[in-house]
Amino acid sequence: MHRYIIKRLLLAIPTLVGAAALVFVLMRLIPGDVCVIRLGAGGTHVDPASVEACRQQLGLNDPLIVQFLHFLWSYCTFDFGISMWSGNPVSHEIAVRLPVSLEVAVMATIIAILIAIPLGTISALRENTWLDHMVRVLAIAGIATPSFWLGIMSLILVLNISAIVTGKPWLPPIDYVSFWQDPLRNLSMVLLPAITVGYRYSAVTMRITRSAMLEIMREDYIRTARAKGLLEQIIVNRHALKNAMLPVVTLIGIEFAFLIGGLVITEQVFNLNGIGRLLVQAVQNQDNVLAQALVMLVVAVFVMTNLVVDVLYAWLDPRIRFS
Amino acid sequence: MAVIAPDPGAAAALADEALARQRTPLNAALDFCRRKPLGTIGLVIVLVMFAAGGFADWLAPFDPEENDFNAMMQAPSWLHLFGTDQFGRDIFSRLVFGARTAMIVGFGSAVGGGLIGLVLGVASAYFGGWFDLAFQRVLDVLMAFPLIILALAVVSVFGTGVFNVIVAITIPLIPRCGRVVRASALAVREIPYIDAARALGFGHARIVLRHMVPNVVAPFLILLSAFVGQAILSEAALSYLGLGVQEPVAAWGLMLQGSAEDYATTAPWIAIFPGLAIVLTVLGISLFGDALRDAIDPKLRDR
Amino acid sequence: MYLRTGLWAAGFGLAVAIAAGPAGAGAPKRGGTLTYVIPADAPPSFDGHRETTYATIHAAAPYYSVLIRVPPDNPASTTEFVCDLCTEMPKPTDDGKTYTFKIRQGVKFHDGSKLTAQDVATSWNMIVFPPKGVTSARVSYYEMIDKIEAPDDATVVFHLKRPTTAFLPALADPYAWIYKKEILEKDPRWYEKNIMGSGPFKFASYDVGQSIKGVRNPDYYHEGQPYLDAVVGIFADKQSVRVDALRGDRAAIEFRGLPPSARDQLVKEGGSDIAVQDSDWNCGNILTPNHRKKPFDDVRVRRALALAIDQWKGAPALAKIATVRTVGGIVFPGSPLAATQEELQQMVGYWPDIEKSRAEAKRLLKEAGAEGLKFELLNRNVDQPYKFVGTWVIGEWKKIGLSVEQKVVPTGPWFQNMRGGTFDVVLEANCASVVNPVLDTGKYLPAKVFPENYGGYDDAKSIELYEKMQTETDPKKQREGMRAYETHTLDTMTHEIVLPYWYRIVLARSYVKGWKISPSHYLNQDLGNIWLDK
Repeated sequence: MHRYIIKRLLLAIPTLVGAAALVFVLMRLIPGDVCVIRLGAGGTHVDPASVEACRQQLGLNDPLIVQFLHFLWSYCTFDFGISMWSGNPVSHEIAVRLPVSLEVAVMATIIAILIAIPLGTISALRENTWLDHMVRVLAIAGIATPSFWLGIMSLILVLNISAIVTGKPWLPPIDYVSFWQDPLRNLSMVLLPAITVGYRYSAVTMRITRSAMLEIMREDYIRTARAKGLLEQIIVNRHALKNAMLPVVTLIGIEFAFLIGGLVITEQVFNLNGIGRLLVQAVQNQDNVLAQALVMLVVAVFVMTNLVVDVLYAWLDPRIRFS
Repeated sequence: MAVIAPDPGAAAALADEALARQRTPLNAALDFCRRKPLGTIGLVIVLVMFAAGGFADWLAPFDPEENDFNAMMQAPSWLHLFGTDQFGRDIFSRLVFGARTAMIVGFGSAVGGGLIGLVLGVASAYFGGWFDLAFQRVLDVLMAFPLIILALAVVSVFGTGVFNVIVAITIPLIPRCGRVVRASALAVREIPYIDAARALGFGHARIVLRHMVPNVVAPFLILLSAFVGQAILSEAALSYLGLGVQEPVAAWGLMLQGSAEDYATTAPWIAIFPGLAIVLTVLGISLFGDALRDAIDPKLRDR
Repeated sequence: MYLRTGLWAAGFGLAVAIAAGPAGAGAPKRGGTLTYVIPADAPPSFDGHRETTYATIHAAAPYYSVLIRVPPDNPASTTEFVCDLCTEMPKPTDDGKTYTFKIRQGVKFHDGSKLTAQDVATSWNMIVFPPKGVTSARVSYYEMIDKIEAPDDATVVFHLKRPTTAFLPALADPYAWIYKKEILEKDPRWYEKNIMGSGPFKFASYDVGQSIKGVRNPDYYHEGQPYLDAVVGIFADKQSVRVDALRGDRAAIEFRGLPPSARDQLVKEGGSDIAVQDSDWNCGNILTPNHRKKPFDDVRVRRALALAIDQWKGAPALAKIATVRTVGGIVFPGSPLAATQEELQQMVGYWPDIEKSRAEAKRLLKEAGAEGLKFELLNRNVDQPYKFVGTWVIGEWKKIGLSVEQKVVPTGPWFQNMRGGTFDVVLEANCASVVNPVLDTGKYLPAKVFPENYGGYDDAKSIELYEKMQTETDPKKQREGMRAYETHTLDTMTHEIVLPYWYRIVLARSYVKGWKISPSHYLNQDLGNIWLDK
């Protein structure tokens, strides 16, 4: 078991290095650089001497291999660099924005679980009835809807409904306060994006729950339990659901990792100051250091989540656990 | 309960019936329609979109790229079925031509990503060893990598245009396909007759094509159908961020970008119809894909 | 007609702004917090000397003072300047080459220390003669300055190399914040991350990427000001977010400008809760053909490109959906140096008869052997008004048989391609802050004189005409000189094509009083004279 974990950890390293190389190359393929954008922001006079000075200072004139090695080395020492755009340490930029993204992600996950697991189970138990079909269409619609479109539509809805009901249009606040400071205001800002993201998330989870439950309900041991005369309810809750949870939890874990990257769109729509929006800004500003750090973060989260899931599977598989 | 002796007459009648209901392609198709109504609806939707895109030149009443400053942001009417956008362009025409773009982008990316993933996945399973390990790492990197950076790099270097968008969208699809294909191919790899075939001197290509690929085809087709939907959604997301297809090309995602949001309360039809088109198309594809999977996958056949 | 309407509209707009807008509604009330939205992500730094983005101004201008500025109660004026830190506007001496400013006494920085002429002189020296390692983004504006000195704690003297009308407008630059001398000498880059000035508000806090807050400066030297207790600036890059914020009263005003659709929407819904101010904008798009690439080196092809565009019809149509309005030449339409409509109509691209114009364009293309030309228009990935204008222009070119594809790229690659000269025709923007026609029209000079000209051409006659105009002190003669320069640039050589000027529409909740619109979103942003009527 330990060997398995260590092997997987070692395998994660080339993935991370590969991701580092890819983001490094891609960011530098884009013509222009952060100095030109920063100094020419007004679309007016870009003094060539200032641009050169800026480039020199940020190390953009160094040979590429030097830049890459510096990048890798700084990560080995856990120094994630200074943002080329704002001059603040990358860790500070991320730390300020991470709570927002995490809060939306966690809330979306909770919403997804609360909706998906009951609905998915019912759908499986009442297979091929109209209820099942309805839930399936709902789930597929959830996957088919672009999240930003859903966000836009929901904002319009909220605006119009509040205007009709109260006479004045109500909108979520545009600046973020943390949950501990003012829970109501915080929730009013985060709820709508969480639902938008959560709907899609729950759609995927619903489908997996349904299909996992369907498979398990066909298993022999369920038939045995039924023959034994156990109540259907107990069979579902005690035997089937527990076993179905494994693939479901696995999926939730994997989708969570994708979620962090997928917040990019949602944060744009709702003006949330999260890391998804930070990534877009970093890429648009061609802030190589910040973009690199964010990509490495996303990739690391993804790799770690996969690792945890794989280890979980391996632990449950006695062949590997006891080897 | 006594065993009932089989009645030869009845058995013969059953046999005749079975022969009559042979699984000709037509029968299989009709069977499919009957047993999977949702899948059929999905297929119909996809075919409609296909036809709309294919016959766009005849279906569309207006030129989708022609600006008409005298008719900006008009509500739906008999002249403009879905209204006009901020440049005075007919939305119905843009939707129809947008179907063409969606089909091209959707199928182009799906087939491209799928084929590359198929080839690499099978090769990786077949050759194993270091190639397999390295390939898996590449897959991991591509899967975790945010699409926006890939898209921005492709757009910045190669410029915009439908082809470049397809390239950008294809890349994340490759690992998803590669993974599944590899898993299926691995299952076949373990079977002893592969080694026997090698021992007998059969070439790599022949073994791969005759034994591994057929096993992989079923999940591959199901994946393809999912990819088309994903590609269309990706194009919408990229266009929303300004990195996809550019003006004045007609594409659903582009129609939702920027101005659609700004005019959401004064001219909601600009945002609603392209969004509905996307939802409907991807819905149709997914329904069809689901039904296809149910039909093809032997494990699930009896459901 | 449209140009006169433009001039008239600028004046009328101002009158409307004074009458029906936020001003003149009784005595200012003290108190309240102004929440405003800033249409940008966080600026790269808060150092006004270094940055060129309005995000820096909107975020940090309330905390600083300048030497002179446009008058806060008449910021649309293109000729009047008033004192902020000085006591009165000086008359130039020594044949117009020396300006002596007397500095107010009793001004304090927010950390309690006294502000003297030494701080003013040191700050200005940083701007005009930046030491190595210090960036001054607008250093080229001040090449006419020979020396700046502070003979005592209450006097600053500017010595010019030659007299020019371009000096005072350049001095009123809204980025020219006065920093503390001791801090500048110790660490010239301190002001990038820190804010400490002498303005109407004291810096309170900055939430990275989110909002910036300030509170009243009780020691502010302008009597009675500021009226507000506090200001909060929220960064919101997306337009729909800002419009929604105004709609739901989550923010009171947005200072840059919103498109006509937002105005229509908000006014329709909000009625008397929303106040609108609008004005011509000292910003415009220009089309720059790449003279280094065939066939754009042929003046006939360039003239054809200009002749195809129906500016007089297109501008009002675009004005309904985009932030453009007034047709103009190389000078800002509200300035006395700008061309009248009759003068414009003499030049290619402005002929009143569009059929005749397009026929001539086709004829020129045929003569140059460039019929049915296909090329790419390089455009920036920004909606308002770049993409709208780009789409419109392509539609116009289609009408003379040209087939043009729009290549839309993000800002970085846009700049890079422009500076690298790899484009066919590029849609640029020319934005300035203070209306300074003599300086602003330098943009059309060849690159060897003005490095940010991307057309890739050389033209000695252009330089000659410009210098003649620049050194002219008689206003009438200067205007003639400007006409000659303009005609040469736009008509004879058609080096560039000037598209309709942008139009600034500022929307606010109607309880915001005191703020008046100007032709530039960089001006009048210290918020000292704003008060809330609620």
